[in-house]
Amino acid sequence: MRHILRRREIVTDDWCYAGETAVPDAPLIVPLAELRADAARWRQRPGRLGVLLAPEDPVEELADELPRLALVAVQFPNVGDGRGYSQGRLLRERLGFTGELRAVGAGVRQDRVYLLARCGFDTLELAAAEDPDAALRAWSRYSVGYQPGDPQVPLARQRFLAPPA
Amino acid sequence: MYRYDELDQAFVEQRVAEFRDQTRRHLAGELSEEEFRPLRLRNGLYLQRHAPMLRIAVPYGLLSARQLRKLADITRRYDRGYGHFTTRQNLQLNWPRLADVPDILAELASVQMHAIQTSGNCVRNVTADHLAGVAPDELDDPRPYCEIIRQWATLHPEFTYLPRKFKIAVSGSPEDRAATEVHDVGLQLRRDPSGELGFAVRVGGGLGRAPMIGQLIREFLPLPELLAYLEAILRVYNRHGRRDNLNKARIKVLVKTLGAARFREQVEAEWRIGRSHAPRLTAEDVARFRACFAPPPYAALEDQHVTAGREARFVAWDRYNTRAHRVPGYRAVFVSLKAHGSNPGDITAAQMEVVAALAERLSFGLVRTTHNQNLMLADVPQSELYGLWRELDAHGLAMPNIGTLTDIIACPGLDFCSLANAGTLDVVREIQQRFDDLDYLYDLGDIEIKMSGCMNGCGHHHVGHIGILGVDKHGQEWYQLTLGGSANGFTALGEVIGPSLPKHEVAPAIERIVEAYRALRADGERFIDTIRRLGVAPFTDSVYAPHPAAA
Repeated sequence: MRHILRRREIVTDDWCYAGETAVPDAPLIVPLAELRADAARWRQRPGRLGVLLAPEDPVEELADELPRLALVAVQFPNVGDGRGYSQGRLLRERLGFTGELRAVGAGVRQDRVYLLARCGFDTLELAAAEDPDAALRAWSRYSVGYQPGDPQVPLARQRFLAPPA
Repeated sequence: MYRYDELDQAFVEQRVAEFRDQTRRHLAGELSEEEFRPLRLRNGLYLQRHAPMLRIAVPYGLLSARQLRKLADITRRYDRGYGHFTTRQNLQLNWPRLADVPDILAELASVQMHAIQTSGNCVRNVTADHLAGVAPDELDDPRPYCEIIRQWATLHPEFTYLPRKFKIAVSGSPEDRAATEVHDVGLQLRRDPSGELGFAVRVGGGLGRAPMIGQLIREFLPLPELLAYLEAILRVYNRHGRRDNLNKARIKVLVKTLGAARFREQVEAEWRIGRSHAPRLTAEDVARFRACFAPPPYAALEDQHVTAGREARFVAWDRYNTRAHRVPGYRAVFVSLKAHGSNPGDITAAQMEVVAALAERLSFGLVRTTHNQNLMLADVPQSELYGLWRELDAHGLAMPNIGTLTDIIACPGLDFCSLANAGTLDVVREIQQRFDDLDYLYDLGDIEIKMSGCMNGCGHHHVGHIGILGVDKHGQEWYQLTLGGSANGFTALGEVIGPSLPKHEVAPAIERIVEAYRALRADGERFIDTIRRLGVAPFTDSVYAPHPAAA
């Protein structure tokens, strides 16, 4: 049983990755390449569907599939690769994705929770060795931030606001 | 200057608490060095040859007297009583203890300072012209925009794990004293025909390996779009910059690979789509930040002749170490950290305190750090110059060599840095000794020597009139000389003049180069102009031709 941090709670993961389950309608996360190789088949599959993005995957190409996806998992293969932060923001801001946005991989550590949360990630599948309680505490480490769009920071205390939508 | 409000103060304190926890975890064995590294780097902490090195941010080179006193206090209590100012206007401590660093950061936070993002693959300290706000040729003070960029870039959630480091410089004057053309992004303040303020935007400049001059990708960016456009540049870079090879990861490589035109198209497209979610600077934002840098309450003074009847040493100092001020009766004064026999940019705690006291008495309590590794008191009444000189002189801070050959820029080199291939400080000493005659120095005029101890180019050797690069040759320290580099206004990269030289031949080679210049120069012609006119060949000959007299 995998534990994840979802909206500031440690919960059991109800999703499986391709190959992890034989249940036909289990919530399933498939790599983008597989999804695109046989889009019609995946559309007909019962149960919720999610996609796993590699750092180099262009999120814009996901636009057509996005309405049918309940989850997008973005890979952070190591702590230095920051491409996933852009993918997260683009999914939320540009593509309007409102489902579960999950960060996954060896780079998902307690010391990046602040950045990940502010890029729109609401679920963290922590690196294997990471302490979920510490990561949970890290979620509240900062009460302020300089960039707009942080739900933790009251609007009146934010600087350089984005123009109203 | 900008003063923290409660948001800024809360932020730096929370940052200190976070790093204290990270340091504790590292020392307890919970965070490996590999895991700790990117975290400590983003707090300015390197592990160097002898000890950790802590690089403290001095945003766009502006310090209050109180902050400088605190820095002096920190160097005494946590280090060896001195610090080193860098070409990017920051201060480095060479001997802190790792376990003390959280306390040092807490001390810094108590005076509205930090070491955030002074290293690591993120947006670094934003630098500016050291004459910002006082230069007679200035269009507008760049510092409010530097502060806006500083805040926006601080722990930017999307851009804190970039492919490589990212340096931004802003200039408000036609004469580029901030080296904006050799930064990842160089911003030059402009007005459009309607009088609206904005920026010319250059991208992809940089020194280090494969030095490049920044490409102009936008002639005029309206001020309200500043952060939206920076986000577009950084997003294109964060997504498409190379991450497979550290040496090809700077934005300059992406600009070069795509070509400036295609890079520009991508940025413009990203900006047009992304700006609806990017921060927009309002007139209120801009007014608030500009108010922080409003001119100090200058007295109504008149320009005066300060040198009449004074000793020659003061006359020379006044000529070389002070600069014109836009307000009558004032001068901007360099505090030289280039005394012969000292390391460029080094300053003792006692000297910091002297400068802090002088700033309070004579220059509205503010001190600037300069790209050339000196300090500056920017607002000194001319009537006070003589007294100021005497005090600076008494503390070894009045070496009248600013802009001359011994106002050398140098990185700390092999003596401190674990990246370096060769020493820089002993070469500086040899040059200082060889050119210790001030009349000779003055006869040579403006000559910039810039030296780096390795390819990373922290000493900006590519843009020195004379550049010196330390290289490793079979375990020996050798030095490659370049000529003709320049970074202000007419940016050019120096040309290698020939095979590298062993250490003891560097200072003699420089003497032969300047002797060749003296023989070749037209009346009143500057060193750099003689090189531009004649090319490097005659200078190469002067260095490498057999010298029967040489031992």
